[in-house]
Amino acid sequence: MIRDPKDLKRYEPSERANHWVVGMSFILLALSGLAFFHPAYFPLTQLFGGPTWTRILHPYFGVLMAVSFLSIFIRFRRLNLMTPADREWLAQARQMVDGDDHNMPEQGKYNGGQKVLFWALALCMLLMTLSGLAMWRAWFELPVDIVRLASVVHAATAAFMIALIMVHIYAAVWVKGTVRAMWYGTVTRAWAKQHHRGWYRQVTGR
Amino acid sequence: MALQSLDIKQRSATTTPSTQVRQTTEVAKLIDVSTCIGCKACQSACMEWNDLRPEVGSCSGVHDNPTDLGPEAWTVMRFSEVELDGRLEWLIRKDGCMHCSDPGCLKACPAPGAIIQYSNGIVDFHQENCIGCGYCVTGCPFNIPRLSAKDSKAYKCSLCSDRVAVNQAPACAKVCPTGAIQFGAKEDMKDYAEQRIADLRERGFAKAGLYDPPGVGGTHVMYVLQHADQPGLYHGLAEDPSISPLVSLWKGVAKPLATAVLAAVSLGSLFHYVTKGPNEVAKDIEDEIEREERAAREREEKEGAK
Repeated sequence: MIRDPKDLKRYEPSERANHWVVGMSFILLALSGLAFFHPAYFPLTQLFGGPTWTRILHPYFGVLMAVSFLSIFIRFRRLNLMTPADREWLAQARQMVDGDDHNMPEQGKYNGGQKVLFWALALCMLLMTLSGLAMWRAWFELPVDIVRLASVVHAATAAFMIALIMVHIYAAVWVKGTVRAMWYGTVTRAWAKQHHRGWYRQVTGR
Repeated sequence: MALQSLDIKQRSATTTPSTQVRQTTEVAKLIDVSTCIGCKACQSACMEWNDLRPEVGSCSGVHDNPTDLGPEAWTVMRFSEVELDGRLEWLIRKDGCMHCSDPGCLKACPAPGAIIQYSNGIVDFHQENCIGCGYCVTGCPFNIPRLSAKDSKAYKCSLCSDRVAVNQAPACAKVCPTGAIQFGAKEDMKDYAEQRIADLRERGFAKAGLYDPPGVGGTHVMYVLQHADQPGLYHGLAEDPSISPLVSLWKGVAKPLATAVLAAVSLGSLFHYVTKGPNEVAKDIEDEIEREERAAREREEKEGAK
């Protein structure tokens, strides 16, 4: 399935599969969770077999995402440790967003923005899992004050996390040649040299 | 159960106004704790009228039975032995839904029409719309709704809305042998409470008063308490109940705010794309790579020729 033998391998099949499980469970969670957040989104319950089924399924989607996210977190946590170059990149991120990435400092496999996203999502996921378990009345019964706090945390973190994922998806669409890495795991050499020069040099030895 | 014969004032998870043109008389149940003898006829009548049979429990050493509200026990007598000024008082409070004017359960409920408030003030659960999430339990300041383990639906006192709809008093009020439970127009109940309070004050209960907490906009179940200054004596009746600020935040400003943020991020992304354009791989880098590759190929060919 290699389009061009010169393409660089960015993700292993198991990493891609893991990402897709996280992604699919996230979409199921966002759609089913929003349904209970605001009446305007309540019709989304029809996608899951009605409102009661949505209420039953949502926490199980959550368990699936918590487990698959943990796996992806363990796989990629070392690659996402912040370095001084990342901080420099972040300081100049505005230029990048403005459409000019010529002066951006050289980046390894992930740039500062991707790393910030990684840690922000990890924190969100921890909060979502803990607060979600506290609200799961089918299995748990906690003091009402804790459930109230969990409800606010769950809703606020969810909204923030959906916004982060929107940015994540948009960044992948905006930076041409990125989405294929998620599908078949490879990127072109030119893509790697432009966006992740440090990584490009590391894998090509140039 | 929602009744066509009663006007609906508020509906859960509904952003448009419910029936507004007609205002029916606000009703209330008045429970005079000072004349309650703890016979539990109200509990029996509630079970009988609503056809509910809680599972038979066991004696826990006190008079409370069942020991808590449940999906099949919409009202229970709470017995508190209290010593005041060296005198023992047996305070007996009939616990159940207070039918708040500002109901926390209805505010928290995400299922359209699962909780409704009639214009007469009764707050009713409409179980066929209930999805079993338990948000009503989270929202209630009085710890009243209970989820059933059998069907995962939430249940609580309906104030016998089916009886009230046909001008009958709730079953508990009908059966009370001492007249401790009265039912009628809320104004009339307040007037009646005044008489009872005056009587109690005359008999030495200086702090007797009406429990109609303003924090939830008043309730449609009110108590006459001998010690209205200490509602906590009555099995922990809330001193100054109101919807938790966390619930108000969660079901209030968070909803439009989060929706606005998500809309801004998606529209922002779209307009970023159409104004700044996609981030493509630069032509010069592509050329560079091509040159490098050509050079490498040529090197290989040369070496192969050797």
